[in-house]
Amino acid sequence: MTGPVLDIRDVSVGFTGKSGATLPVLRNIDLQVAEGESLGIVGESGSGKSTLALAAMGYLKRGLRLLDGSVAFRGQDMFSRTRQELEKIRGGELALIPQNSGQSLTPTLRIGAQLIEALRLHSAVPGAEHVAKATELLGQVRLPDPQAILSRFPHELSGGQQQRVAVAMALAGEPHALLLDEPTTGLDVTTQAHILELLRDIARDRGMAMVYVSHDLGAIARVCDRVVVMYAGEVVMEGTTRQVLKSPAHPYARGLLASIPRLADRHLPVALDGRPPAPGDAGDGCSFVDRCALAQDLCRSQRPDLTALPTGELARCFFTDQADRVSRTMSGAVPVEIKPDGATALQLTDLSISYHQPSLFDRVLGRSDARVATVDEIDVTVRRGETLGLVGESGSGKSTILKSIAGLLPPAGGQITLAQSEALATVVENRPPDHLRRIQLVFQNPDDSLNPRQTIAEILEQPLRLYFGLTGQALHDRSVEILDRVRLGGHYLDRLPSQLSGGEKQRVAVARAFAADPEIVLCDEVTSALDVSVQAAVLDLLNELKEKQGTTYIFVSHDLAVVKALSDRVAVLYQGRLCEIGPSDQVYATPSHPYTEVLLGAVLEPDPDTAPTLAADDVVELSPPAQGCPFQRRCPRKIGPICDSETPPWHQTADGHAIRCHHAITDLAAAQAGQAAE
Amino acid sequence: MSVASVPNENTRLARFLSVLRDVMARPSGAVGLTLVMAHLLLAIISPLIVPYDYKAMNSAMMLTGPEAAHWLGTDHLGRDVFTRVLLGGREALLVTGIATPIAVTWGGFVGIFFGLVGGRIDEVMMRVVDAFLSLPWILKMLVLIVTFGTGIEVLIPTLAFFYGIPVIRIARAATHDVVARDFVSAARARGHRRITIIRRELLPNVLDTLMVEGAMRWSWMLLAFSSLSFLGFGVSPPTPDWGLMIADARGFMSFAPWGVLGPVIALSSLIIGINLTADALAKALGIDRAQKAPV
Amino acid sequence: MLRMFLRRLFLGAVTVAIVSIIIFSGVEMLPGDACTAFLEREAKGKLLENCREAQGLNRPAVERYIDWAAGAVQGNLGVSANGQKSISELVGARLGNSLLLAACSLALGVPLAIFLGVVTGLWRDKPIDLTLSTMAIFAMTIPEFVSATVLILLFSVWLGWLPGIVLTPAHAPAAEFFPEILLPVLVLTMVMTAHILRMVRSSVIEVMAGDYVQMATLKGVPYWRIVFRHALPNALLPAINVVALTIAWLLGGVVVIEVVFNYPGLGRMMIDSISDRDLPVVQAIALIVATVYVGVNLSADLLTMIANPRLRTLHMRRK
Repeated sequence: MTGPVLDIRDVSVGFTGKSGATLPVLRNIDLQVAEGESLGIVGESGSGKSTLALAAMGYLKRGLRLLDGSVAFRGQDMFSRTRQELEKIRGGELALIPQNSGQSLTPTLRIGAQLIEALRLHSAVPGAEHVAKATELLGQVRLPDPQAILSRFPHELSGGQQQRVAVAMALAGEPHALLLDEPTTGLDVTTQAHILELLRDIARDRGMAMVYVSHDLGAIARVCDRVVVMYAGEVVMEGTTRQVLKSPAHPYARGLLASIPRLADRHLPVALDGRPPAPGDAGDGCSFVDRCALAQDLCRSQRPDLTALPTGELARCFFTDQADRVSRTMSGAVPVEIKPDGATALQLTDLSISYHQPSLFDRVLGRSDARVATVDEIDVTVRRGETLGLVGESGSGKSTILKSIAGLLPPAGGQITLAQSEALATVVENRPPDHLRRIQLVFQNPDDSLNPRQTIAEILEQPLRLYFGLTGQALHDRSVEILDRVRLGGHYLDRLPSQLSGGEKQRVAVARAFAADPEIVLCDEVTSALDVSVQAAVLDLLNELKEKQGTTYIFVSHDLAVVKALSDRVAVLYQGRLCEIGPSDQVYATPSHPYTEVLLGAVLEPDPDTAPTLAADDVVELSPPAQGCPFQRRCPRKIGPICDSETPPWHQTADGHAIRCHHAITDLAAAQAGQAAE
Repeated sequence: MSVASVPNENTRLARFLSVLRDVMARPSGAVGLTLVMAHLLLAIISPLIVPYDYKAMNSAMMLTGPEAAHWLGTDHLGRDVFTRVLLGGREALLVTGIATPIAVTWGGFVGIFFGLVGGRIDEVMMRVVDAFLSLPWILKMLVLIVTFGTGIEVLIPTLAFFYGIPVIRIARAATHDVVARDFVSAARARGHRRITIIRRELLPNVLDTLMVEGAMRWSWMLLAFSSLSFLGFGVSPPTPDWGLMIADARGFMSFAPWGVLGPVIALSSLIIGINLTADALAKALGIDRAQKAPV
Repeated sequence: MLRMFLRRLFLGAVTVAIVSIIIFSGVEMLPGDACTAFLEREAKGKLLENCREAQGLNRPAVERYIDWAAGAVQGNLGVSANGQKSISELVGARLGNSLLLAACSLALGVPLAIFLGVVTGLWRDKPIDLTLSTMAIFAMTIPEFVSATVLILLFSVWLGWLPGIVLTPAHAPAAEFFPEILLPVLVLTMVMTAHILRMVRSSVIEVMAGDYVQMATLKGVPYWRIVFRHALPNALLPAINVVALTIAWLLGGVVVIEVVFNYPGLGRMMIDSISDRDLPVVQAIALIVATVYVGVNLSADLLTMIANPRLRTLHMRRK
């Protein structure tokens, strides 16, 4: 067959709004995917990219309907097939790998049953060989012990394993094309890198066409030949991966690239202010006009067409010739470096935290469950004005430590000291108001940390009344002042959180913390619930506030590039134990702890010319080992039994950089330099 | 009121109005709320509009069928059924109308309190609540009524007490949901007093659930009240009450079936009205009422 | 899983223990006792003293509670105040009759409710759903005695198909209750079906909108296979517990239905003994009903545990 595998022609999809008007979520999408090609669809949340991927299978979520256009898969119109015909194609010639496999696998069916179901429906394999074939498929997606996994239930697998099962299931029908809907979102960096390599290999080996939907340009860079950029339900740009990621012609694509923090650059990413129009709000002009640096009158009155440029890319913009005016590389602010004055802001001494508490029933039966502490042996000193980054994968205990400092989770042992010598009570209820005010916490998800039933005024009022006793006009003025400082105006006071965008909500959360005039602000994954363009704005805001107030931050994130953008010093955690701590530049350079090395190697840069280095496997551990090095099970540089039996020593380098490993610093340096040379 | 909080009053009123609009926009809400409002109005004005004295007996006119003078006929004592149907819900509405808010309030507070305290005390309290729930309502009610009498002064506290117990469970579950959210942790970390956290963070979020719960309790309470009357343990004659009227008329059903129809329709329409309203309210507030057991 | 089951069993036992304390102290707190009830107007002076002496009512409450509870555990529920008959014997046949009524309604109602709940859930917002859901609201909200009255009017007064009242004596064998039992069963089934139907419907809707049903659709699994293999096992799991709670709650309604139809079950006996102020009998019935309630919930928990792989394999995850 010579035609495209997937041919999407002028597709518009919409729903009926409360007012009765038809609101489009996809507008006039034209897209072709050639045999064996790998196409990336990029966009922020709400851009319609997932809807498009599902529409390619002839499937629309409840409430949505096809307004116009057609979708053809290998010449068959997907929206005019009968149910039986669709059932043959879906999962057979055209397979989907969903975003959240944990929820996409039926919880009451064993993995084997679900895999065999796919084989029975879509493959020529005779029934007697199903089990063998299923085992083989699980082996192909590099799952250890496939035989055992067949009899497991989905909840008994880790996120990475579930995702691999989803891949195996998609491969069961020997598909012509694979649709991938954010297949690695929510996974740890190392797991993500492993899954992506697997997908790359599979696509290359089998010559399958792939449509890869993601918000993550790093992942797209790794897997795709060609990229389509979506914005507010339309395609705004299309080109080869190199074109889109190196020098895109559309101002939105440029803004998006500039907003991604990168490991190699010390600048803060550039924020892309504003938010995309809601469905139906796009108006007559260009949908990006409100956020565009190049916008002119023409852009407001007329909607640009997707036009081909001499270079071969397509862009929906009148002024592609001026695109260079929009920065695509880092030219954002330099992170403020407040010279730490040497005074201690916060000190953690031999901190340990345990989540497990025996239940009433356990007590009655007289059981005691001696477990290894969730977090253990944390010794960290944070100096005033300094930003300490805490990085690690999920389960590394980084958020747990913040909760403990905030007094929400009493530690099992150790000491938390504020300033020089003020010991902090372990439980928040026992702390004096002054201690409470000086430490403030910003949470990951503003949807959860802002009370949905309070207006912004009520939210900001609380610290102001509590700590400063403000009332009346003074309270109002101060609230407006604080909102101004986070670049929201006083007119936000009467709004409810649900009337704000994600980025605005997080700014309110930041404003609430700073309303207390704190010395230390604990930031718990504050940008991970946000789109990249919004994330950059929040990072910028935190940086600015630090400059103005000289605040000390403890900044927790799983994203190494985000941590690097803001931190003076970085601590790397694995399974609740410190592996490495030191000045940011040192930690991100060699020599480093083997775990840091694994983490850094797995980071995906939005650059088609880079590739991750996969060192350790991506097994997720549920609990730390009882003795020895916490990283013993996964370490690519394991020495031998000593790693299993003895707690590794700290090796100090002269400049306050310390690595906890049985290897000598010089050995690590030599080994890592050798690897870099390869 | 401070300057900053003036607009909030507007927001609250606006929210109330928008929920009301949402309820009225649903067929179940429109029908239900109309029924409830009609019943409430009737309960207030019925003494002024009834055609006869409800206790006036007439031995010459016993169990007559519907006719111009007696729209729903007369009962076995010759009393006008239409008059008695119009008046028959007043006692029930009065008792349940007072007992429901009391039940929801005390059950709500206790539930929120134990939801917050958590731990062992909470676990023990829930066993006590379970124990209370494991006894059928009718048994608990009857024992008290038989001992202390059937007056309003007994019925209201009895109903309010027993119907508050299931509310504890609901309020506790709703509290657990809210407490797990970060805005409560944020308030704790700021160091607010517990009472402030309850008032400002918890209550507004639990109140939705309690409102729907209140509507449900009201309907179960009406059901209990009229069942008690039916069994002869509720309103004492000659006071007109639907449950009692149905019980009386049942004996003559074979030759005077119209006697039961009036009170049956009146009682059913009120309870159905409340339930339809509760359903629409739950949907408007985004709560799935059907997922809950009646306990 | 055994650990979880033991835990539930333990909590159930604690609940029954607490109920027994509530029942005993509740009855204790009421004015009067078995003797004042039995002797009625003569309950004064020497006569009352003698009676209390004979029944051991002069001993401390705690001691009497322990005796009562110990007896109950061995199946001895004491003797009735009027007539001094063994309560266990009195109650036995009545309990059997009530269980017969409940079993018939369950056997009819639960499958019907699940079927209709699934139908309404799958055809959500279609005419069949709107009709059935509206009927369910009517059936579950109208008081049992009202629907019973209407059904008697319809089926026995007007149509004359079924007897409107039960005349069979309490100790008759189960078979003799037919066809008299049919109308009470019908009323109970109606109410129960309505409650469970709504619950199942909303559960089905939730599951059918879930990620794994979408995934199964996009995997090309035929619709009915999705419904039966992927959706229903998950939709019915949470229903089990709510169904149990609903059934237990309906025990209150059974009492009314037994009175309306003159059915010789435990419920009517309860009303009678409350009217007669026969407190030992009331105590005994309360304890039985509470134990049944806890038992039903416990079985639901156990059933959920067996059917839900998440709970069943919890111990594996811990490793």
